[in-house]
Amino acid sequence: MRTTSPFGSRRRSAVVLATAAVLVAVGAGGCASSDSSSTAQPSPSASASAAAGVVTIRDPWVKAADKGMTAAFGTLVNDGDTDVTLTSAATSVSPMELHEMTMKDGKMVMQQKQGGIVIKAKSTHALEPGGDHLMLMDLTKPVQAGDELTFTLTFADGKTQQFTAVAKPFTGAQETYAPGHGEPMPGMSATPGMTMTPAS
Amino acid sequence: MDAADTTPVASVGGLVEPFYGVRQAGIATEPQAHGSFVALTLRAGTDRAALGRWLRLLTDDAARLTQGRPALADTEAELGLLPARLTVTFGFGPGLYRAGGVDDRRPASVTDLPSFRIDRLQPAWSGGDLLLQICADDAITVAHAQRVLIKDSRPFATVRWVQQGFRRSPGVEPGGHTQRNLFGQLDGTANPQPGAPMDSAVFVADGPAWLRDSTTLVLRRISMNLETWDLLGRTDRELAVGRRLATGAPLTGTAERDEPDFAATGPDGLTVIPDFSHMTRAHVTDDRLKILRRPYNYDGAPTAEGHADSGLIFASYQADITDQFLPIQRRLADRDLLNEWTTPIGSAVFAVPPGCQPGGWIGEQVLG
Repeated sequence: MRTTSPFGSRRRSAVVLATAAVLVAVGAGGCASSDSSSTAQPSPSASASAAAGVVTIRDPWVKAADKGMTAAFGTLVNDGDTDVTLTSAATSVSPMELHEMTMKDGKMVMQQKQGGIVIKAKSTHALEPGGDHLMLMDLTKPVQAGDELTFTLTFADGKTQQFTAVAKPFTGAQETYAPGHGEPMPGMSATPGMTMTPAS
Repeated sequence: MDAADTTPVASVGGLVEPFYGVRQAGIATEPQAHGSFVALTLRAGTDRAALGRWLRLLTDDAARLTQGRPALADTEAELGLLPARLTVTFGFGPGLYRAGGVDDRRPASVTDLPSFRIDRLQPAWSGGDLLLQICADDAITVAHAQRVLIKDSRPFATVRWVQQGFRRSPGVEPGGHTQRNLFGQLDGTANPQPGAPMDSAVFVADGPAWLRDSTTLVLRRISMNLETWDLLGRTDRELAVGRRLATGAPLTGTAERDEPDFAATGPDGLTVIPDFSHMTRAHVTDDRLKILRRPYNYDGAPTAEGHADSGLIFASYQADITDQFLPIQRRLADRDLLNEWTTPIGSAVFAVPPGCQPGGWIGEQVLG
């Protein structure tokens, strides 16, 4: 199911304002030390895996980035009979937050998801560009295209679950990176060896 | 009866070719209608580890799209739902082995071809470190797959050239027919027959894991001069090739698959099939020395004067370039009358590594 529909209904630039939450949130949550890397060894398949746990994470991926912020996406599948609530996410290369995109005063803004992300019983919840996502707030090392990152999800009942996501070159999801001045930020999504101009 | 009555809905779009296997798809696969050949040049710094990351990404893209599933992070997911027999075949140029520090795993015959006197090669159509051969029975499917694969390649490589071509569309004629090129000739009659003959000609039967079930690809862009071809009468055209235009039969036979009789002479005492005919020069009897031609036609925009820019993307698969392709190519370059109307303007060689299984990736035997 789609969580938000930020751009579909109005003629509006995809340039998005971020809330102050983005700017002040670095360091919040369970960030790990910068030295323990989880990006090193890709598993045999670029199609990342998700072990059995509270939910199934279908098609997880993370946007490759040299530095700064980036985000992880995928579809959370709850096959159980009760709702579950995702309260935090963690990875070794960056502090993380759970974010949503929402319309405020006629503008799309990114903000922390209050109360966590609820995945209803027998349903799915999409984490996608323009919608809810797992935000990496400040990379301590580059996430290169093809790297695999391990994430740990923590749920409201205290259970945790790990999954890995492959890093994809991706120029979209710019709203995730606008620091709040209402202007596009070309280059902020730079991937190693890549510019915002489509490669020749 | 109109088209809606005769063409079952989605009879083409939903068809799937397997991706995983000991050999890569897109070689022995019945050729699809549309083909795009994308050659990439490695960026500085794309080393063995980066090649592994890149090929894992591309393998995942291909594994999904060929099965009718959108790629991961597919920005046009709806375009990934109709595979139309999509295949993605990976070729490794000599430069990839050097960059990966695995030159000892490069098949010996995968090296620059010797130059031939008929060559007028242009850099714009030659060389390449990685080749993606993207084929499907639908042009939109090919375009989308090409877009996805190139986007995932941009951190690692730049686009060197792209050659796009076409064959007859599915349903236009029964499968298995030899197709015509833009000279109107049946092209591919002498291919090894599917099954054991083709397998022995195309795939390496044994050796280390990086070599076994691999093959090689020679890709030549052959410009075909339709203007000078137009100056020939039908008889001269048939003598140039050694076959009848209508049936593809050798000039000494009546059916396409008839064995040519190169010794037969006519009333004038000359051989019926000229020694300089294309068929004579290209003729190979030993299945193991044949090549698998899997060509696509190209047809660019004509000049203001109406002169065509047409030709053939000549894709030749064989177990060994030196043993199979080069002897034929030398005979053709030396004395093939068809050279009067055809000009090689691009050339590239690639090793085509073995296939992979679920969880694996193309190139793992070479770079893993």
